[in-house]
Amino acid sequence: MINRLIVYRALVIGAVIALLEVLCLTGVIDKITMQPPHQIARDLYRMLVSGRMNGAILKTLNNTLLALLLALGVGIIAGALLHRWRGVRDTLDPLFATYYAVPVFAFYPFFIVVFGLGDVPQILIAFMLGVVAMIVNTLNGLDRVPAVLLKTARIMRLSPVDTARRVTLPAAGPYIVTGIKLAVAYAFIGVIGSEFIMSRGGIGYEISFAYLNFDNATMYPLIVLILLASIVINAFLSRWEQRLLVRRGMR
Amino acid sequence: MNSNLRRVRNAVVLIAAIVALWQGLYWWVGDVALASPLATLRYTAKLVASESFDTHLFDTLRAFAIAFALSVVIGLLVGFWLGFDRLSGDTLEPMIVAAYAIPKLTLYPILLLAFGLGISAKVAFGVLHGVIPIILFTLAAVRNTKPILVKTGHVLRLSRSQMVRWILFPAAVPEIFTGLRVGFALTLIGSLLAEMFASQRGLGYLLMNGIGLHNVELIMSVTFIIVVFAAAVSTLLLFIDHRLHRRT
Repeated sequence: MINRLIVYRALVIGAVIALLEVLCLTGVIDKITMQPPHQIARDLYRMLVSGRMNGAILKTLNNTLLALLLALGVGIIAGALLHRWRGVRDTLDPLFATYYAVPVFAFYPFFIVVFGLGDVPQILIAFMLGVVAMIVNTLNGLDRVPAVLLKTARIMRLSPVDTARRVTLPAAGPYIVTGIKLAVAYAFIGVIGSEFIMSRGGIGYEISFAYLNFDNATMYPLIVLILLASIVINAFLSRWEQRLLVRRGMR
Repeated sequence: MNSNLRRVRNAVVLIAAIVALWQGLYWWVGDVALASPLATLRYTAKLVASESFDTHLFDTLRAFAIAFALSVVIGLLVGFWLGFDRLSGDTLEPMIVAAYAIPKLTLYPILLLAFGLGISAKVAFGVLHGVIPIILFTLAAVRNTKPILVKTGHVLRLSRSQMVRWILFPAAVPEIFTGLRVGFALTLIGSLLAEMFASQRGLGYLLMNGIGLHNVELIMSVTFIIVVFAAAVSTLLLFIDHRLHRRT
């Protein structure tokens, strides 16, 4: 059953790519709008082999990773603390609920003025986007730790550190991984979006530069590269999430 | 009543804390990077009264309204279809979940090339962001309908459309509404982002203009307007959401 689903999925993806290919080759989608998929693949391969974008790619990945780690660390700790402080949490709840309707990029110029036009403003924007997803999912996970497990931990007289390590974190694990998945996407959005607006390099900068110069041979491969990277990371995290769920007997 | 009172108190505390933080930051960094709360309010009043503002606001609201309407219609249709049809649902759901986690902002140059600088690019970007959560929540809602309800429907020999009308839809409403709430926020951010990067009009364009000209008061005022609008509607939706969920 599972294998058949994978075949179907591959068929759907193949059909979409084939459709795009046909539309591009027959000229329904003109050359200036989009290049046929096989050409994008070839351009991407050439770009990676020539290494001319390596600097930009490394810079963006580096900043994304830093922002992600910050968001994970701060998000999980803040989530754990807020779980204890009921009052603070209730006060912050409406903030969390509206947070993602607010364009965080509006704060980018403010960060540039304070920290200069370097990596710091981009990392901060990406961090701000990711950290709330992390906090919300950590809280969600901690809410769902079965009371009986906590009682067992108390009966076994586990210390707070042991309780966290052996009971709370594993039980909340799947939800925290859900948060990580979102944080990865937000970290990418934060870094690349900031690079679009104002920056001195990185994938987002190169994409908007290529866009302004009608350089589709650079633009499409870069966009596809980001999409592929985020999908692959997401797939790995989803696998991990599923494994954790199975191990907790939740699936 | 008591819980309502507490909620109001919490909101007041939160707003006070944000304003205090804002004022503190202003004292710390000064006029170059931030406008004080008072100055922002004053500039916002001036901005709202100015003539060109109406066109910008109207443009944003129109694009957002169309995008949200499209997201809801497409989202509900696809969600119900995937929820009903086990095979399509199982095949496509993981792909839609993956699409949810894609940084969609990177797609904006493609949308620009495909739709041009007008309202259609904004609508497309809004739908792209908003439709996925509505699909996913609707799908989950339809699938998680209690089997006994569906069996009762079968016993009563309801047709497929009657089944949707009288059983599946009412049972799924609370969950679907949560999807709409999330979809609302994401559609709004989607159309605003499109305006920021790909538009000549609208609040997002004003914001980008402020960033380009380094007009701190303009940036702060536009952000302020967007935040107030988003917060007000989200709070209302959250309130309805809680009510619907409590009913079941």
